[in-house]
Amino acid sequence: MTLDKILVLLGGAGAIAFIVWFFWLVKKEGARAVLTSSGYQEAMILVKGGYTPDVIRVEAGTPVRLKFRREETSGCSEMVMFPDFQKSASLPEGEVVNIELMPKIKGTYEFQCQMGMLRGRVIAE
Amino acid sequence: MATHVQEGSISEVRFGIRGMYCASCALQVEASLKQTPGVVEATVNPALNDAVVLFDTAVANHDALHEAVRKAGYRVAGNERDETEDPPRLSDEDREYRSLMRKWWFGAAVGIFTMVFSYPWLLPYLRDMLPRGSEQLRYLWMAMGVLSLAVLAYSGSQFFTGMWASLRNRRANMHTLIAFGTSIAWIYSTIAVLFPQIFPEAAMTEVYYDVTVVVTALVVLGLAMEIRAKGRTSEAIKKLIGLQAKTARVLRGGQEVDIPVEEVAVGDLIIVRPGEKIPVDGVIVTGSSAVDESMITGESIPVEKSHGDEVIGATINKTGSFRFEATKVGKDTALANIIRMVQDAQATKVPIQRIVDVVSGYFTPAVIILAIVGFVVWYLVGPAPALTYALVVAVTTLIIACPCALGMATPMSLTTGIGLGAQHGILIRGGGALQRAKELRTIVLDKTGTITYGKPALTDVLVVNGFIEDEALRLAAAVERTSEHPLAEAIVNGARERGLAPSDPRDFRAIPGHGVAGAVDGHTVLLGNLKLMRERGVEVAGLEDASRALADEGKTPMYLAVDGTAAGLVAAADTVKPDSVVAIAALREMGIEVVMITGDNARTANAIARQVGVGRVLADVLPQDKADEVRKLQLEGKIVGMVGDGINDAPALAQSDVGFAIGTGTDVAIEASDITLIKGSLRGVVTAIQISRATMRNVYQNLFGAFIYNSVGIPIALGLLYPFFGILLSPILAAAAMSFSSVTVISNANRLKGFTPAVSAA
Repeated sequence: MTLDKILVLLGGAGAIAFIVWFFWLVKKEGARAVLTSSGYQEAMILVKGGYTPDVIRVEAGTPVRLKFRREETSGCSEMVMFPDFQKSASLPEGEVVNIELMPKIKGTYEFQCQMGMLRGRVIAE
Repeated sequence: MATHVQEGSISEVRFGIRGMYCASCALQVEASLKQTPGVVEATVNPALNDAVVLFDTAVANHDALHEAVRKAGYRVAGNERDETEDPPRLSDEDREYRSLMRKWWFGAAVGIFTMVFSYPWLLPYLRDMLPRGSEQLRYLWMAMGVLSLAVLAYSGSQFFTGMWASLRNRRANMHTLIAFGTSIAWIYSTIAVLFPQIFPEAAMTEVYYDVTVVVTALVVLGLAMEIRAKGRTSEAIKKLIGLQAKTARVLRGGQEVDIPVEEVAVGDLIIVRPGEKIPVDGVIVTGSSAVDESMITGESIPVEKSHGDEVIGATINKTGSFRFEATKVGKDTALANIIRMVQDAQATKVPIQRIVDVVSGYFTPAVIILAIVGFVVWYLVGPAPALTYALVVAVTTLIIACPCALGMATPMSLTTGIGLGAQHGILIRGGGALQRAKELRTIVLDKTGTITYGKPALTDVLVVNGFIEDEALRLAAAVERTSEHPLAEAIVNGARERGLAPSDPRDFRAIPGHGVAGAVDGHTVLLGNLKLMRERGVEVAGLEDASRALADEGKTPMYLAVDGTAAGLVAAADTVKPDSVVAIAALREMGIEVVMITGDNARTANAIARQVGVGRVLADVLPQDKADEVRKLQLEGKIVGMVGDGINDAPALAQSDVGFAIGTGTDVAIEASDITLIKGSLRGVVTAIQISRATMRNVYQNLFGAFIYNSVGIPIALGLLYPFFGILLSPILAAAAMSFSSVTVISNANRLKGFTPAVSAA
């Protein structure tokens, strides 16, 4: 085996290891929703190619208000859906859309775009 | 539409004006309006872009006012008939489509150029002009490099911003794959052009700018087509929103005022003329008409409405004019509820989607890993030039994989299916209900109110001793006129339907457990059961057999005696809705067992069951035991659907696998059920199950297609066929296949809209 082949092999193995680590092994911290005077835990989510942040940590039993702001025209992200809460909202570009949830039980609640390409989670603790 | 107005009254109208950008524009409009004959006062507000005009309805009308605005060079907005004159406002969707199409044309134009000059030696004339390895060709390729970078930056911008955003969240999606694929091809080509000396073989210094450009262009075109197709998927909800009336003619301060529907308040008196849309929900105060409610209930025959009847917003008034009081406006109207419910339902998941979610969570990174594996393997053991092959394989693999098709497979069908239901007056609560409805093997039908109308109607009049049928009925109805018993109402209504006018009874007496007695037109009239006749010494021997026969048919017979002589029998019964027989037959044809549940005695229940063709009857079931009966059926291993009117049947509806609430008009008991049939017909159950079956079939087709596509496409892209058949895919073909696959999934979901219910309104 020539040197270049060995290098490609090692490089490939390294790249795969990196991908496994990058996508699957790193645990996401996520953003914590802040309790405001309105009694809601609020968090702002930017919708642009994905949800930023895409993991929102909240306290179970306290109402949550997520403020979505979509800053792209891509049709993919025009709807956000919370299947566990049977809620959905369309996100007009540049507008802040509030979604209110009440996660009564501790757990992970997913949200996503209509096609499920973009995903995020609300973790109630 | 001519404005129908009272002669000589002053009316106020408010309408929006488009095209005004300054205060001086407003003055022009105002002046033009004031010059119109009949206009008393006109005020144009440039901030609100609207005009308030007081005018004499005998001289001027709305058309004249609108004409005055047009003459001043502006347009009237907010009025239905003028909407066509406004330039169509571009929705987000349209803007995105246009922007994608511009990106596509740019990519396509550059694409043709790069395709031709990437392989000039394949073309007769260029072969001589730009020989392989020549300096001119290298310079041309450098120019191509710059142009294709422009394509990446403009046409492919969303892939890179999408990739960046998703990587920041440690996620990967289609954007990641396309951005990786196209940029790898571009970087490799650029290195090959700028530093050809670092490659050991000349064959390795070919460029792949065409891959970069054409893949970008094709995927962008695919996205544009997706937007168009997706727009059609959610058409149902747009149609529902479009049903909403724009204006209402409200009575305020004794004057008729046209106001935007958003400004209508509860308690407003609204005037509706023939052919107009009813703006909000309410109750008719004066007037009567036939109302076409098909857009809400799916019922094609107009419904007669008069004083005290409820009207639903967005339905169309057909024949007469009436005034009604608004009871629900804005977010509370039936239409707004339906829209919200459909939207919420579309946000749910079909249970099978949960599995797909798990798969697609791993899918994209897995594809990147496969592409790396492909690269390494081809580099190590592939034919020469190994680097070229390895590169093409990796890029093709990245591009052909289509996580979109997988992700869209079920949501697209679900959205279409739930929308389809809404169009047929069927509100499906979510993906779960939709999936379970397909699996139903047993349907339990509540008798009263579901199979039947739920209130007795006159069925038979039988006369003896020379009495005339109509006269006997007239007397019976007269004596019952003041009674409040439901059977009495049936007899009185039955008499009225035959055109009889029962007179008022004197000395009316209700004898509990027996019947009623009274004097009508000088005759002593008795109406009641056998006991009553015996106590009063009326000879009814000849009627007893007939009475028993009627009772066997599930009817309630009553004896009629006039002046101490038996006159005949009057019978009333809860009657079967005409649709029930058809619907039950259709359910049985679909292989579904139909069970009838009722609190009535077995004799009455069986009589109805025979009429409608139900095989299995659960009679004498107390309301609180209905849920238990459903549970028992479930214990037989059956997936059980329950159909009820949603109020006393709530526990049974909740116990069943799929609860169908039959509501009529606005009284939809949405909460208790999985599926709500707005129109009170059992046909809806059949249609709902058919929609469920069609939608789930569509979901499986899509999932199967997406799964097969990826599991065949990726191995081919990796070159698994190469050792046997010498087949290797070009990245450009991969891009075409990828775009095609996601468009196919959406188009297949759109196919659902061609669904027509087997038992439609016949």
